[in-house]
Amino acid sequence: MMSVNSTMTNQAHPMWDRAAETMPRAEREALQLERLRAQVERARRVPFYRDILNHRELGPHSIRSLDDVRRLPFTTKDDMRRQHPLGLLAVPRKELARIHGSSGTTGKPTFVGYTANDLQTWSDLCARFLVAGGLRPEHTAQVAFGYGLFTGGFGLHYGIEKVGAAVIPVAAGNTRRQLEIMRDLDPEVLICTPSYALTIADTAREMGLEPRALPIRIGHFGGEPWTEDMRREIEEQLDIQAFNNYGLSEIIGPGVSGECQARTGMHIQEDHFLVECLDPETLEPVPEGEPGELVITALTREAMPMIRYRTRDIARLYRDPCPCGRTTMRMSRVTGRTDDMLIIRGVNVFPSQIEEALLRVEGTTPHYLIEVSRPGTLDEVHVKVEIHPEIFSDRMDRMQALCERISREIQTVAGIRAHVDLVEPRSIERFVGKAKRVLDKRGLTD
Amino acid sequence: MKLQQLSLFLENRPGRLEAPLSAIAAEGINILTLSLADTAQFGILRLIVRDWEKAKRVLEQAGWVVNLTEVVAVDVLDRPGGLAEALRILEDADLNIEYMYAFSLRRGDKAILIFRFEDPDRAIQVLTEKGLHVVDGEELMSFVP
Amino acid sequence: MLKELWNDAEGGFHPASAPDFLPQTALKEVQLRRLRAVVARAYAKVQLFRERMDERGLTPESIQSLQDIRHLPFTVKTDLRDTYPFGLFASPMSDVVRLHASSGTTGKPIVVAYTREDVEVWSEVMARTFASCGLHRGDILQNAFGYGLFTGGLGAHYGGEALGATVIPISGGNTDRQIMLIRDFNVTSLCCTPSYFTHMVERARELGIDLRELPLRVGIFGAEPWTDGMRHHIEAEAGIKAYDIYGLSEIIGPGVAAECSAQDGLHVFEDHFYPEIIDPDTGEPLPDGEEGELVITTLSKKAMPMIRYRTRDITSLITEPCSCGRTIRRMRRIGRRSDDMFIIRGVNVFPSQVEAALMAVEGTLPHYQIILTRKGGMDRMAVEVEVTPEVFSDSIRGLEDIRARLAQSIERILGIRVELRLVEPHTIARSEGKAKRVIDRRNEG
Repeated sequence: MMSVNSTMTNQAHPMWDRAAETMPRAEREALQLERLRAQVERARRVPFYRDILNHRELGPHSIRSLDDVRRLPFTTKDDMRRQHPLGLLAVPRKELARIHGSSGTTGKPTFVGYTANDLQTWSDLCARFLVAGGLRPEHTAQVAFGYGLFTGGFGLHYGIEKVGAAVIPVAAGNTRRQLEIMRDLDPEVLICTPSYALTIADTAREMGLEPRALPIRIGHFGGEPWTEDMRREIEEQLDIQAFNNYGLSEIIGPGVSGECQARTGMHIQEDHFLVECLDPETLEPVPEGEPGELVITALTREAMPMIRYRTRDIARLYRDPCPCGRTTMRMSRVTGRTDDMLIIRGVNVFPSQIEEALLRVEGTTPHYLIEVSRPGTLDEVHVKVEIHPEIFSDRMDRMQALCERISREIQTVAGIRAHVDLVEPRSIERFVGKAKRVLDKRGLTD
Repeated sequence: MKLQQLSLFLENRPGRLEAPLSAIAAEGINILTLSLADTAQFGILRLIVRDWEKAKRVLEQAGWVVNLTEVVAVDVLDRPGGLAEALRILEDADLNIEYMYAFSLRRGDKAILIFRFEDPDRAIQVLTEKGLHVVDGEELMSFVP
Repeated sequence: MLKELWNDAEGGFHPASAPDFLPQTALKEVQLRRLRAVVARAYAKVQLFRERMDERGLTPESIQSLQDIRHLPFTVKTDLRDTYPFGLFASPMSDVVRLHASSGTTGKPIVVAYTREDVEVWSEVMARTFASCGLHRGDILQNAFGYGLFTGGLGAHYGGEALGATVIPISGGNTDRQIMLIRDFNVTSLCCTPSYFTHMVERARELGIDLRELPLRVGIFGAEPWTDGMRHHIEAEAGIKAYDIYGLSEIIGPGVAAECSAQDGLHVFEDHFYPEIIDPDTGEPLPDGEEGELVITTLSKKAMPMIRYRTRDITSLITEPCSCGRTIRRMRRIGRRSDDMFIIRGVNVFPSQVEAALMAVEGTLPHYQIILTRKGGMDRMAVEVEVTPEVFSDSIRGLEDIRARLAQSIERILGIRVELRLVEPHTIARSEGKAKRVIDRRNEG
């Protein structure tokens, strides 16, 4: 393990990797170009990419400037699904140190592989934004993200460990226990989804604890979209500084970008990711500062060299200088999606997954509606299913068992707990053409 | 000896019970008895009506999901212990009751119990052997004006 | 032989395993050096320990040989509760990189701390654990231990990573997905609690998936006691080798001891964890080979050294050389935890005894539950056993027969009468972690 970087201390703006984070733009672009070429070379080990590159007669030689990235093919979630489980690997399976998953558009998750070097890079990237957002080696951090197949807690766990702070790996759930741990073990830093931070404040009050008097001073939140209003709310209720970070497991997990003390956008770790912002219709770059879909090329990933991954996330990019001294490009919050993916309590969910779960229970399609709300601080999902003779029984226990069975299938396929509401025939609106399956009442964008 | 019972799926919110009842009332169909089982979110309405075929048609045409179930009606003395006695007989015979409900008649000293059994034929046999009176459809209708 | 085993591509050995094969004299030297250092550290940094040493007129210099360990005071679980949260820490928080905690089901919680070096030692002993169970670089390890404050998940995770295996950190739960991954990824090894794996086997069968036909080769099971009967069942049903591992959070988590290919006792990683067996009543050390309570001293822990920690686990140490070539001593599998024991009508009963009795009757899966009640001042013990398709008979006589055989089997082992009830499949709650086998209702109502 690496020791604490010397550049971290005795500086107005501590940084985990000062050289990388403050590199002059021209120098960084030269590095990006070199890495992009190497990555195209590595991608040729993946049959999926090799076929396309050969077909278009592309290779490292075709990349003369960073703009030439636009000659390369896109990669989509569907490409990953078609390569199930791990067809996009550029290394032998034996070289993998870790496998994570992310929600697929169907019941099968899509999978990502990491080499030992990828894991080192990932921890370093998380250490960068954690330090930018105030984490210090003497701190204790409570990780209230789930640990498991989906990347959630791991990147931050290893990032904190790398910085040398203490990790309390509480994982998600059991809020009262989270608070007991917090009260007893004095962590200064909290890691979770932004909505969960508000749940913690609510639960503290229920337990007779003053949320502002809790030991935490800093929060690093991610995994779901949130707004500036929510940030103010969290900071006010818990008396902390709240920082945003961004990442996606298809690329690496959290660590693609994160905020500094200025909190005017998230610094993109450009030495590892080449980020484009495109008009999702024309696939042409949008002018700087305009919203567009982020398309990311992972420049250093060994196990899975993602080329131009279409994230479906809408955000803006900024190049103006930041007072913190980092020279990297910044991105705004994610303000929307170009597909119908939902993020429920930090879990990515596609309506098609819910449909697949319903298909497993005979007679529950085609009329259903997914309703997402946030009655308190946490997301709630109600799946409304129209009743009809095939699934109706005069026995209560059978009807309840039906609801439970649907709920269980949704849990299995989509990994979320949903309430199943049986509704009367024809009570769900009919559409001509593409049915509207989702009603999102949360209001998650500014 | 078995009775035809209609059951309907209802969402548990204000006004939902009234709609199907009005629909069959409008057709002049008489309801002998009904029972409602509900959870916080939905309910099952069970009906015994004079003309079940017509009622089923009317309700289905109005868009309800309707099931037809065979149930058994038994009359017992409408006094303390009347129900318990019937239940004891069923228990001794190891007959599985899926659900039941009761109603009192306007006249006389009898109460009618409606049972849904796993095996209604065997239940009728046992009940009759034990001297209980199983009420058939025609007789039940005759109780009601 | 040692040289051949160095080839880590062939399994069973890993460079980290070198201390498993140390000559006895060298091992004893390491142990004594580390024992003296840890006692000095605990004496200097932990008030509770220093006071107990002072009371006995001891100083770190009193430790001149490994035998002198018997003079040191014991540490017990309540010491961790009484000093909660930071009282037994020997390192400042700035050196601590990890905290784990266990919930206080029986009162106050406990917390354990690790420095960076402690986490490295933990990863090393877990890598040695996996190597001992025949895993190697390139194996795909599905880690179905729960991640979080429970040490099982992260302990196994770091160990798999240190070994160079591919770790799938799936954590507990979502059994269908567990089975899908085993199949789709050609998973070669899996770790979880034995009761959860039994559930996975059962579910795989329901899904029409035969685990025996998949590349899954090794199961590493721990965190609760299990029997050889259960092992045979698991090995036959899943077509794997099932290994027992041992550890506890107070000491480090999993990674204290592990079985090897011989499956005949668990090798204690005694260069880091010094084992003793004592008479649980008198506290006197017992000679090797005799059964008693296991006591462990952590020889290298920095953040939270444990001196003579009383585990409450009953076992014995085996000193005979092992056929695998490891020189570190073995302990017998833990059949009994003094914590799990209950006393019914004056008889000490361990759930594992009931399990062994059930397994002795052919065809019975270990989904069972013990329910203790008290009626008219008299304790009663009921055992509920799920009926499986194998034993189900549509004749009352057939069921009555299996019921009687199960009851007799238990009564023969325990010597007390039990009420045995056959219950429907899936009516006993499944656990994704440690199974809850005993429900004690004797003090209710």
